[in-house]
Amino acid sequence: MPRRERARVRAVEQVGAYSLVRLRRGRLETGSPGQFFMLEAPGCPLPRALSLSSAPAGELAFLIDPVGRGTRALAALEPGEEIAVFGPLGRGFRLDRPRPLLVGGGIGIAPLPFLSEALEHPPAVLGFRSARHAEAALLLPGAEVVVDPVLVTDAIPLDRDVLACGPEPMLRALRELCPGAQLAWEAPMACGYGACYGCVVELDGALKRLCVEGPVLCFS
Amino acid sequence: MLLLNASGCLDALAAPWVARSFDGFVTKTVTPEAREGNPPVRIAETESGMLNSIGLANPGRERFLAETLPELRRLGVPLWVSVGGFSADDYAETCAALEGVTIELNLSCPNVEEAAESAAEIVAACRAVTAAPLFAKLSPAAANIGLVACAVEAAGADGLSLVNTLRGLVLDERLAPRLARATGGYSGAPLKPVALAAVYACRAVSGLPIVGMGGVRSGRDALELVACGATHVALGTALFSDTDAAPRVRAELAEELARAGFGCVEEAFCLAHTPVVAGDN
Repeated sequence: MPRRERARVRAVEQVGAYSLVRLRRGRLETGSPGQFFMLEAPGCPLPRALSLSSAPAGELAFLIDPVGRGTRALAALEPGEEIAVFGPLGRGFRLDRPRPLLVGGGIGIAPLPFLSEALEHPPAVLGFRSARHAEAALLLPGAEVVVDPVLVTDAIPLDRDVLACGPEPMLRALRELCPGAQLAWEAPMACGYGACYGCVVELDGALKRLCVEGPVLCFS
Repeated sequence: MLLLNASGCLDALAAPWVARSFDGFVTKTVTPEAREGNPPVRIAETESGMLNSIGLANPGRERFLAETLPELRRLGVPLWVSVGGFSADDYAETCAALEGVTIELNLSCPNVEEAAESAAEIVAACRAVTAAPLFAKLSPAAANIGLVACAVEAAGADGLSLVNTLRGLVLDERLAPRLARATGGYSGAPLKPVALAAVYACRAVSGLPIVGMGGVRSGRDALELVACGATHVALGTALFSDTDAAPRVRAELAEELARAGFGCVEEAFCLAHTPVVAGDN
């Protein structure tokens, strides 16, 4: 059962081109890797959906790419400020695969540190569009890192159980390469709990409502 | 005064605890055939509101009646079923199959083609086949919403739901529409003055119960709708950012009433219609 609480900002740290927003956990559950939370973005009418990056003791941490109005507002939070947080929501990754390989593209690295910890640090491949963005790889020690024009799909072994998050072209390419992959999708989302029917993605001709059927989808 | 959700802004089966926080649950619009809805992107934020282009996604009448409605009845919340269609017959056939619910006729979705018949003709067709309470949900885009209200009242409506969203458009950085279908229904805080004006205009010409909605975020907003003539209030976009909006708005409304010296919400009903006497300067 998700909860809605006001959470106090502990710190906002720069991680390469991204910002790690660290919140006091309060009575919120962490959920499972790949699940997400709706975070109030100050000044914006709608909250923002963000998957949990890590859950140190008493904390929830979210990695943010400050590219839009809401994400910039979140990255500009100051310690001591409070925002409304609602979650955990959606369906996360299944953790019962025998040979997991984590794959992240850009800000798609966000849920992988929490996932890596749950799976006891399996191998990982990360792709970024610049060296500055690739600094975020320090959140996942030991990961293989490729930078554009090399793509993660050039670098992954095909005999593994892929768990991935990243931009839609990367996810669609991984579906072709690794038919059983678990993929975390993204779509503009208003509510996060099945109310608005806004967050659909079209897969195999069918529309999937990401906030309740996903965001992690697997087709095998 | 009942506090309801606005149709399309809550899925009671996905979030039953939110549905139970209201005095009644209003379903998403049910059409005769199943609809997947519009292609993504369906949601776009604006400066202070949002656009949606869902396109009446729903399982269709038969599955709704056979599967969804029995599950909804188990929630123990009074049900309002939003009915849509593309002809008067579409609406009437669904209404004829519904019992034990209040019916809200969605006569104003900005995201799909409209029926050829007028709102009053659709209401009359539905009135002929059901004794259930019939509320007509009207668009604030009508040139004279008071005239529409009079027409649907004469056709047999038992109440009005005011207002649906307004059609809007948002562009991205490349000056391309953010929504796949370009336009969508504009909702949120900017809709409140539009809703107040519609409720005010309809109350001036009709004695029917009115569900006021549009940009309600606080108890004060609810009170303003009542002062304009709403007998009930619904929450829409506010639910997307606050699942506790219903109890919060109720508590804020009670505070507003106490602060203004009202014993109950009915004492504020239609106050905005009381002639204001200009004082001496």
